[in-house]
Amino acid sequence: MSRQTIIWALIGLLFVGFISFRALAGRMGRIYVEPKVQAFEEVPADPIPWADQGDRPPRATWNPVTPPAGAIDRRGVWQETDQSGAKIIGWTSWREIKATEVFEARAEALRTGGREPESRLSWPRTIGLWLAALFTLAAFSFLYRDNPFYKFTESVVVGASAAYYMVVGFWDVLVPKLFGALVPWVVREVVQPTLRDPSLADRLAMAAALVLGVMLLMQLVPKVRWMGVWPLAFIIGTFAGLKLFTFIDSDLLGQLRAATAQSPLVVVKELVPGQPLGTGEMIWQSFLASLQNSLLLIGTVCTLFYFFFSMEQKGAAGRVARVGVWFLMITFGAVFGFTVMGRVTLLAKRFEFLFDDWLWLIDPRGVHQLVSTILGVVAGA
Amino acid sequence: MLRFLQTLDRRWIFLAMGLAVALPILFEARFPEKPTAVAERAFNTINNLPDGSRVLLSFDFDPASEPELGPMATSLVRHCALRGYSMYFITLWPFGPQMIADKIREVLKEDFPHLVEGVDWVNLGFQAGNEAVMQQAKSDFLRTFPRDVRGISVTQIPMMSGIRTTRDFACLIAVSAGYPGGKEWVQYVVTPERGSATPLKAVVGCTGVQTPQLFPYYPGQLDGLIGAIKGAAEYETLVNDKVEKLNPGAPIPPKYQEAVRRMGPQLVAHVLMVSLIILGNVIYFTSRRRGGGA
Amino acid sequence: MRRLLPLWIAAIAGFTVIASNFIPRVLGFGDLVTEMFNVLAAVAFVLGAASIAKVHLTKVSAKRPGWGYSVVTLLCFAATLAVGFLKVGVAPAPLTPDLPFSGSYSEPGGAIWWIYEYLIAPITAALFSLLAFFVASAAFRAFRAKNLEAGLLLGTAFIILLGRTAASAYLTGWFPPAIEGLKLENLSLYIMQVFNTAGNRAIMIGIALGVAATSLRILLGIDRSYLGAGE
Repeated sequence: MSRQTIIWALIGLLFVGFISFRALAGRMGRIYVEPKVQAFEEVPADPIPWADQGDRPPRATWNPVTPPAGAIDRRGVWQETDQSGAKIIGWTSWREIKATEVFEARAEALRTGGREPESRLSWPRTIGLWLAALFTLAAFSFLYRDNPFYKFTESVVVGASAAYYMVVGFWDVLVPKLFGALVPWVVREVVQPTLRDPSLADRLAMAAALVLGVMLLMQLVPKVRWMGVWPLAFIIGTFAGLKLFTFIDSDLLGQLRAATAQSPLVVVKELVPGQPLGTGEMIWQSFLASLQNSLLLIGTVCTLFYFFFSMEQKGAAGRVARVGVWFLMITFGAVFGFTVMGRVTLLAKRFEFLFDDWLWLIDPRGVHQLVSTILGVVAGA
Repeated sequence: MLRFLQTLDRRWIFLAMGLAVALPILFEARFPEKPTAVAERAFNTINNLPDGSRVLLSFDFDPASEPELGPMATSLVRHCALRGYSMYFITLWPFGPQMIADKIREVLKEDFPHLVEGVDWVNLGFQAGNEAVMQQAKSDFLRTFPRDVRGISVTQIPMMSGIRTTRDFACLIAVSAGYPGGKEWVQYVVTPERGSATPLKAVVGCTGVQTPQLFPYYPGQLDGLIGAIKGAAEYETLVNDKVEKLNPGAPIPPKYQEAVRRMGPQLVAHVLMVSLIILGNVIYFTSRRRGGGA
Repeated sequence: MRRLLPLWIAAIAGFTVIASNFIPRVLGFGDLVTEMFNVLAAVAFVLGAASIAKVHLTKVSAKRPGWGYSVVTLLCFAATLAVGFLKVGVAPAPLTPDLPFSGSYSEPGGAIWWIYEYLIAPITAALFSLLAFFVASAAFRAFRAKNLEAGLLLGTAFIILLGRTAASAYLTGWFPPAIEGLKLENLSLYIMQVFNTAGNRAIMIGIALGVAATSLRILLGIDRSYLGAGE
C-alpha cells in the first residue's frame, strides 16, 4: 500500500467516524413527521356540487368528519360505517415538521411529565435523505475520476427519470385527454368523477390520436417501423406550422419593430413630463438615450451583416462585419458571465443540502437549531 | 513555478471552486442587495396590476434549475398572494408539478392559509406538447387544462368561470429554465397580443443561461425580466421591502431570503473565476515571451 | 401512397395550424390538431422511455461491457413505473375518497414522490452542478486574450461576473455621481441592454429566417429528410 493510499484511507475513516458519531447521537440527517388523520363521511346523492352530470345518477359527496379514536394507528386507507350506517373512509397522512419543534416538544413533555408528542422520526424520509446525500457525494466523486459509484448513480437516475416521464405523461395527459375522450366512463370511475361527456369532434380527434400514437410506438418494432413515419409527419407538420407563423411574427417582425420603431435614433428625454426644458441634464440624458438606440441599431445591422456569409467580406463590408464580430464577442462574454452565475448557483444549492439538510452544520432556515455554527459542531461533537 | 502552473492538475482548480462555494455557505456570508431598474420594472409590473387580477403562473423548470429559479418563484407567488391576485398554476415541464407543489406548500399553505384552493388559487398541473399547449391555451384554455391536480374538472372550479383563453388573464408570469419556457411564451402568447387594446402583461424569470437570449424582447415584448439568481435576489429584496412597509419590524422568515443568501457563494466564486482567467493569461503570456508557447 | 401520404399529413396539419391564426372558422380545427399533437407528445414520453428500456435490455442480454449498470437502470425503471402507475402510497383525493386512484401521483408521502424527492431531484441537481467545476477549469485553461475579439469577450465576462455581485459595490461603489455610469453594476446592465441585445437580436432575426424557411420547405414537401434515408 502506498503512502498516499494510507493517507486517503485515514481521511476517509475519520470522515465516516465523525458522521457515524453525529448520526447516532441524533444530531444530523433526520426527518421528523407529524400525523394528520383525515376521515370523510358519505352524504348520498346530493346533486348540487356535482352539476354537469348529464343523465348520470348524481354522485355522493363526502364531508370531512372527526376521525374515530385510534384511527391514527390504522394502516393505509380504511373504511367503516358509523352508528347511522353512513360509510366513512379515512387515512393518515404525514407532514414533515422541523426537528427543533420535535425536540422542544419532547423536552417540554419530559419537564412537565405530559404526553409525548405524536411526531416521530420518519424512517423512509430519513433513509431517503441519506441516500440523496450519498448519491450527491457519488456524483461529485466524478471530479476525482470516473468510478463505479458515479456510474451507479447515473444508472439510477436514468432509469428512474425515464419511468417518471412515462408516469407523468400517463396520469396527466393520456388519462384525462385520450382516455377521457374515448372511455370517459372508466376515467370517471377511476380518477375524475366530474369528467364531462366528450364531443363527437373530440372523440374522433382522440381516436385518430390513438391510432397515430400506436403507430408511433411501432418505431420500436423493426419490422413495422415504417408505420412510425405517419405520426412523425403529423408531428413535424404541426411543429412546422406552429414555428413558421410565430417566428416570423415574434422574432423577425417583432424584433425588427423593436430595433427600429420602438428605438428611435433621436430621443428627447423629458425629465418632468410635459416640460421638455433645454437644461444641461435633459440634453445629456437625451444624448445618452439617443446614443444607446443608435448603438443598438448599429450593432444589430453590423452583426446581421456578418451573418451574410455569401458575400465576400472585404473592404468596407469587411469593416462592418468586423464591428458585428465585436458585438457578437461582447454578447458571448455576457452569455459566459451569466452561465457561470447559473452553474455556481446549482453548486451552492448542493452544498447547502449537504451542510444544512444532511450534516446540520448550518441552519439558515432555522429548522434544526442544534448546532448553528461550525465552532458549535466542533464543540458539540 | 511557471512549470508547476502550466501542468497544474485540474483537480486543484476543482478544489478551489469547491472551497469558494462551500466556505461562504459554511460561514453564512451575506451581502446587501440593491435592486436594479430591470428588477424594479418587473416588480412594478406585477405590483400595479388591478386588485383581484387573474395571474397565470407557468413554472417551467426542474430540479436541475431549481436552485436558480426556486427562490424567484417563491418571491413571485408571495408577491401575488400579498396583492390578493387569483393564481393559476400550470407547467409544461414533467417535473414542474413538483415545483408548483413546493411553492404552494411553502408559501400559500404556510403563510396564506386563508387563501382557498379553487377560489384564490388553482393548480392545473402539467400538459405535454410544449408550444402546442401554448397555442391551444391561447384559443381554448379550458380544453388545454381540463382538470386540476385534485382531479376536478375545470368547469367545476369556481375561479375558472370567466376564463376562456389566455386573454382573460391580466398577467403571465413564466419561471423558465429553457425550452419550452419564457421565450416560447413570448413568441406564442404574448407577442400576438401586443397590438390589442389590453395586451397580456408578461414577466419572465429565467436562468442565467437564458437571460442574455431574452433581453432583446425586453421591454418591447416583455414587461419584466428577472435574470438568474441575482435577479431573484433583487426581486426578493423588493418583496421583503414591501412586506416591511406593510408590517414594520416583523422578522423576515429565512425561506424568503434564499436568493440573497445564495449570492454569498456567488461573489467568492465569481472572484475566483476572474482570478483564474487572469492567472491563466499571465501564465500564457509569460511562457510565450520566454519562447515556450502554451 | 406510403410516400405521398406522410407529405399530405404534414402539410394539412401544418397549414391548419397556420390558418387558425387568421381565420376564426379554422380555429376549432387548429385546436383539434394541437390537441392531437399534445397527446402524441405524451405518447412520445412512453416511446422515449421504452426505447431507453430496450437499449438497456439489449445490453444486458448481450452481456456487453457495463451491463451491470444497465441492470440497475432497468430495475429503477421498473420500480418507478410500477409505483407510479399504481400510485403506491398515495391517499385518495379528499373530495373523492371512494376512488382509490383519485389522489395525485406526486402527493408527498407517496412512493413516486419519494423516488423524485430523494433520488431524481438530488442526483440530477448534483450532476448539473458538476458543470461549475468544469467551467472553472475551462476558464483557467482556454480563455486567452490572444486578440482584440478574445479581449472583448474576456473584458465583458469580467464586468458581468463582478458587476452582478456585491463585488461591484466594493470595487466601484466609491465612484462620484459624475461617473456613476461607470460603476460595474451599471456597466453590466448597459452591456446587457445594448451590446448583448444588439448581438442576440441579430442572432434571433437570423434564426427566425432560417426556421421560417425550413418550416416552409417541410410544409411544401421540399424537405423530406424526416421520411428517412430509404424513402
